[in-house]
Amino acid sequence: MSKTLVWVEHDNASVKDATLAVVTAAAQMGEVTALVAGSGCDAAAAAAAQIAGVAKVLKADDAAYANALAENVAPLVAGLMADYDAFVAPATTTGKNIAPRVAALLDVMQVSDILSVEGPKTFTRPIYAGNAIATVESTDAKIVVTVRGTAFAKAEATGGSAAVEAVGGAGDAGLSAFMGSEIAKSERPELTSAKIIVSGGRALKDAETFQSVITPLADKLGAGIGASRAAVDAGYVPNDYQVGQTGKIVAPEVYIAVGISGAIQHLAGMKDSKTIIAINKDEDAPIFQVADIGLVGDLFTLVPELTGKL
Amino acid sequence: MKALVCVKRVIDYNVKPRVKADGTGVDLANVKMSMNPFDEIAVEEAIRLKEKGVVTEIVAVSVGPAKAQETLRTALAMGADRAILVVSDDEVEPLAVAKIVKAIADEEQPGLIITGKQAIDDDANQVGQMVAALLGRPQGTFANEVAVEGDSIVVKREIDGGLETVKLALPAIVTTDLRLNEPRYASLPNIMKAKSKPLATKAPADYGVDIAARLKTLKVTEPPVRSAGIKVPDVDALVAKLKEMGVA
Repeated sequence: MSKTLVWVEHDNASVKDATLAVVTAAAQMGEVTALVAGSGCDAAAAAAAQIAGVAKVLKADDAAYANALAENVAPLVAGLMADYDAFVAPATTTGKNIAPRVAALLDVMQVSDILSVEGPKTFTRPIYAGNAIATVESTDAKIVVTVRGTAFAKAEATGGSAAVEAVGGAGDAGLSAFMGSEIAKSERPELTSAKIIVSGGRALKDAETFQSVITPLADKLGAGIGASRAAVDAGYVPNDYQVGQTGKIVAPEVYIAVGISGAIQHLAGMKDSKTIIAINKDEDAPIFQVADIGLVGDLFTLVPELTGKL
Repeated sequence: MKALVCVKRVIDYNVKPRVKADGTGVDLANVKMSMNPFDEIAVEEAIRLKEKGVVTEIVAVSVGPAKAQETLRTALAMGADRAILVVSDDEVEPLAVAKIVKAIADEEQPGLIITGKQAIDDDANQVGQMVAALLGRPQGTFANEVAVEGDSIVVKREIDGGLETVKLALPAIVTTDLRLNEPRYASLPNIMKAKSKPLATKAPADYGVDIAARLKTLKVTEPPVRSAGIKVPDVDALVAKLKEMGVA
């Protein structure tokens, strides 16, 4: 049976949701070992050990791994890969940053953003902004894949009891340093795991209008808030709200697109949502071609009315 | 310092791709092709660094068919100084592209390599990271802002929860995110001037790189089609639907 090494995304205390879908994908490829790299990450390693399906946890605790700098963690992973057949990481910004660096160090091609595991070395993945699905088979000795979180069920976060083993690597490569971060604080459900998402587009006019129209509806539904690229570019909301080919890929139960025309690049990020609802005044907008339920009209009257009636 | 900018000729981002009936790929015959949008941002950033006096020369590199020459001419018209085209009619995977770029970097010794964060055709998001790994140099992926400070570069990166700032020792590799800048249009006089700028044509073999595919594409299919939806006449009908689904 082949052995897979899973990159665990964590905040030292707990394991992030994205990892759970990766464990499911990795389990389809072989026995799962979870790698928790960080600084002071005992609690995260303990949490990873409880994930159902994880056979073993490797803990690399070193100041050099604190902020998942690719220059430091990629050599660590590449070194550990001597004992594994596949490296499996989430297709988050962290996974996308690290995995290709690992692949190149191993001299193998990465398979990005897989949707399914079809065989030991065969996967499906979206290309051309999700307008085509490619089935690819790797001929490399070792496999490196990143996993689209919305395409796999999440493994149970509890129920497992894996042993935690400490491992070490080369530490700080001395090439890069973490200077700081600006993380948007939000009480809302995280976009990629939200069950309901209300998303706004350019038609919202400005930041204040976006807030006054979209936020009350999202609050009523307990929904996450997303946006089209146009709304982000125009400064209505921060960058990490962007849903699409180059932003976040989401697949909630319900996606409500307000004032979004439905460009190819936006659809790439949300067309796997279970139910899509579109509110737009242009009845020919492409969003209505993928929407399960469409409402044509002025969002400035319809959305407040909807919020009021919920 | 010298900047190396990697550009790719891809299907125009406004074109809806069609999967070939035989399932071998996407039909690119008679389809409008353009420079990958992220690469335009990469070229623009190199030019801005040159305008600031940080960069002295910009070399644009592309790996692709002979027609990728047009993409390089676009980069030259925007402001790149010279170009290198590595011709291959076969599709070249990110790992092989990265090896070619590494070989060119070994020759050219750039202080900075800028690539787009991903190409909108294969959506791989790999080349920049792979080049950095092969060169053993640091990477600033998904850059939202860059500033060269002496012998290092400070890169503000777009990450899932917001932004993060890293400081990298030069030489370094930067991959561009959408909001790094607004690429300029090439003016007609500059398009004319670009025609006389140097463009060297090479082959992968010139750099000793084997471009044999590591991934076999078994088939390419259309994504599942969503069943036709309905339109509701008013908010009350929508509320009723939401209640039916149990979300309201």
